[in-house]
Amino acid sequence: MQDFFDLTLGGISAGAVYAALGLALVIIYRATRVVNFAQPALALISTYLAYSVTKATGSYWLGFAVAIVAGTLLGVATERLLIRPLRHRSELSSIIVTLGLLLVLQAVAGMIWSNEPLAFPYAFDFRGRFSANDLFVVLVVVAIAALVLVVFKYTPLGLRMRAAAFAPEVARTLGVRVGLMLTAGWGLAAAVGSLAGLLATPPFLFPNVLDGVFVYALTAAVLGGLDNPLGTIAGGFVLGVGLSYVSGYFGPEMVTIAALAILVVVLTLRPSGLFGRAKVRRV
Amino acid sequence: MLEIEDLSVAYGAVRALDGVGITVERGGITAVLGANGAGKTTLLRTISGLHPARSGRIAWDKKDLTGLAPDRIARGGVAHVPEGGGVITELTVDENLRLGALWRRDRADRAAARREMYELFPALEERSAKPASTLSGGERQMLAIGRALMSRPSLLLLDEPSLGLAPLITARIMGILRDLRASTGLTVVLVEQNAHSALSIADRGYVLALGRVVAVDTAAELLADDGLRHAYLGF
Amino acid sequence: MSVRTEPPEVLVAAEKKRRTMPPLLVHALAALGAFAVVVLLTLVTDEFTNLRLATIGYYLVAVAGLTLLTGLTGQVSLGHGAFMFIGAYTVALLVKHVPSFPLWADLLLAAAAGGLAGLLAGAAAARLRGPYLAGATLALAVGLPALTRKFPDFLGGSNGLNFTVHSRPAGVGVPELRWQTWIVWLSVLLALVLVVNIVRGRLGRDFRAVRDDEVAAALSGIAVGRTKILAFLVSAVCGGLAGGLQAFLLGTAAPGSFTPALSLSLLAAVVLGGLGSLWGALWGAVALVYFQAWSEDLADVLHLNTDVANNLPLAVYGVILIVVVLAFPRGIQGGFRKLRGLLRRPAEKKENHENH
Repeated sequence: MQDFFDLTLGGISAGAVYAALGLALVIIYRATRVVNFAQPALALISTYLAYSVTKATGSYWLGFAVAIVAGTLLGVATERLLIRPLRHRSELSSIIVTLGLLLVLQAVAGMIWSNEPLAFPYAFDFRGRFSANDLFVVLVVVAIAALVLVVFKYTPLGLRMRAAAFAPEVARTLGVRVGLMLTAGWGLAAAVGSLAGLLATPPFLFPNVLDGVFVYALTAAVLGGLDNPLGTIAGGFVLGVGLSYVSGYFGPEMVTIAALAILVVVLTLRPSGLFGRAKVRRV
Repeated sequence: MLEIEDLSVAYGAVRALDGVGITVERGGITAVLGANGAGKTTLLRTISGLHPARSGRIAWDKKDLTGLAPDRIARGGVAHVPEGGGVITELTVDENLRLGALWRRDRADRAAARREMYELFPALEERSAKPASTLSGGERQMLAIGRALMSRPSLLLLDEPSLGLAPLITARIMGILRDLRASTGLTVVLVEQNAHSALSIADRGYVLALGRVVAVDTAAELLADDGLRHAYLGF
Repeated sequence: MSVRTEPPEVLVAAEKKRRTMPPLLVHALAALGAFAVVVLLTLVTDEFTNLRLATIGYYLVAVAGLTLLTGLTGQVSLGHGAFMFIGAYTVALLVKHVPSFPLWADLLLAAAAGGLAGLLAGAAAARLRGPYLAGATLALAVGLPALTRKFPDFLGGSNGLNFTVHSRPAGVGVPELRWQTWIVWLSVLLALVLVVNIVRGRLGRDFRAVRDDEVAAALSGIAVGRTKILAFLVSAVCGGLAGGLQAFLLGTAAPGSFTPALSLSLLAAVVLGGLGSLWGALWGAVALVYFQAWSEDLADVLHLNTDVANNLPLAVYGVILIVVVLAFPRGIQGGFRKLRGLLRRPAEKKENHENH
């Protein structure tokens, strides 16, 4: 029973990270109908920058802040330079372009900081069954998620962003600067993604550190429905706990395969995710 | 005053508008008529900036609109209600309305405008928190027009506002437009296939066929011209 | 207005000509010719280049398989490396545990194992589209190699399995590596003959129909789900064979060779060569091998440190993906087609002049 409790607590804090990264993916998907396969790489570069800043100044929080800002800028740059030119092309094009960016950024990280694992600090004390750090992770993710949802639902900016995502042409005729809204969406998503990267990385930082987390975040986003932020956040936490049990009872090597199995089962039963909305095409 | 000179618009190799010229006095209600494919929708979309013009000039109140981005044109006081209304079904009725005026700075005026729209269209107030997808066709049209009016436009472009609507509702909408013209000097360009209802409230009318203007006259004259009506307007 | 129509006799003559040579024969002869070219190349180049030739060989069959799946049938797969992983480990395990099996049996089983995995993957993925499919296949690429840590004794853990294969019969006076290159290319060309036949045949048309518009394809009577599964099956057979050949060539199968980056590099090769073109698969495979080689050389010449050198190929592939999608969506093969089109037009103009 002790084990089960530990696994559950560990799963909640891991799930918070999946929820955050999944939220980043969903924000972008809602805004531009693109799955940002480069998200883990944007977060990775931000985290490496945090590492360098922390190393140079000795302040974790300064590095933290730099990471969020850097992530936002990277997201904005990616949207303007790579995604905007492809908005009239096929889905496959934007998938491939973001994959290319993923490869480039991971390689660049290896070039600048080497492929060797670097020690990366936790925000708070990480010892214990449910440590101070775990609590911080869960609280900050819940707070950020709430903030994002509030912005989307109750602010004029959020209304414009939703309008730009749902009906860009109509939104333009209502005076909405749709391009700016899309860029803002990417910036916001990348900031959330960078946060997830900072929380997921400790104890060691290396170019492929976020690969597994990305797969789980994508699974969470797909489970919750790629256009459903609340569903994704819930999916992240549930997946975190579920995968924690898999790791505990079947071994950590089985976790990714388990995530794959969950993904396949859920999508076979409900191709648009558990809470997603299918786009029906009338013939 | 709306001045369109020698406007030509194409979709790839297809000419949708060919040398079209239109003038609308401030405060006028002008109908643009013609059969399907005559270029009426293209005309409105080009005025509001959704589609680029290949050549020609569009000016509103002496300001050149040609080639401007649609959101800039909207912020210049031009409101466009597309065919079917263009209501955003994922948003609530209230959100749709509020969206119409977000670019205006004056918050008090925005709130006042919203109250006015709910007075004009009480059915919308009943459903204000519901998703727009739950509205009927007529209600969506009302919502679309209300949303367009939220920004207190000086030029209103309407694409087939009576399509699929019960005659009673159409009459109501036309009445509202007449009142607005009287109270605010609103200029209206009205595209319709149902020429009769459009000409009944318009001052003047243009008839388009295959992208060209084939007739310009007062509404009364157009209604009276049997030959023209049979040839281009289907009645 | 004058209208020119082809005289009917010309059409009949053309049809008659097509009937004399069945496509399978044509392809087999072409493969034989290609094999002769490869043998010649191995005889005149050094051992180093022989290894590169062999590497191009197994990458070619892997990229061809992915071209069929992603380019031709429109199924975005980020997990092709997983099928290579399965093929490689099949060969390694067979050589280690059943050394009496002949090599061709090992390779056949590697391809079959890949195919089985492809069948399962295809069935699981049949209802997935676009980004969902990409995500699921990525999960496969990330998750499958992790199994080596779950069964470290059987699968050799992180170090993988090492073995030696003596494929060259005694008495044949050819260096081992050259012989291996011939084996690789023989297998590759055999597989390609089958793939080309599929692509040019009825199934190939079904693939393209599914890629272009699934709903329309279903309405015209194509069993869309089954077609997608078959695409996965064939592409995975290619992947399994490629992995098996790699293991045979290198004498090792280790999880470190089958990272998600491999799957992405294979996708880069498909996109670079020209999505949906089998000739493009050849250009893509050559690019994969030579970009790796050139970045190694570049690193030497510029005295780049090891970090930069190690990561340069991946950075290059990433840039290729971005640049090709943004600027040259039809890849290398598309460029060739354009060139041919440009060259053909002046010739046609000349013909028109002569006929007047």
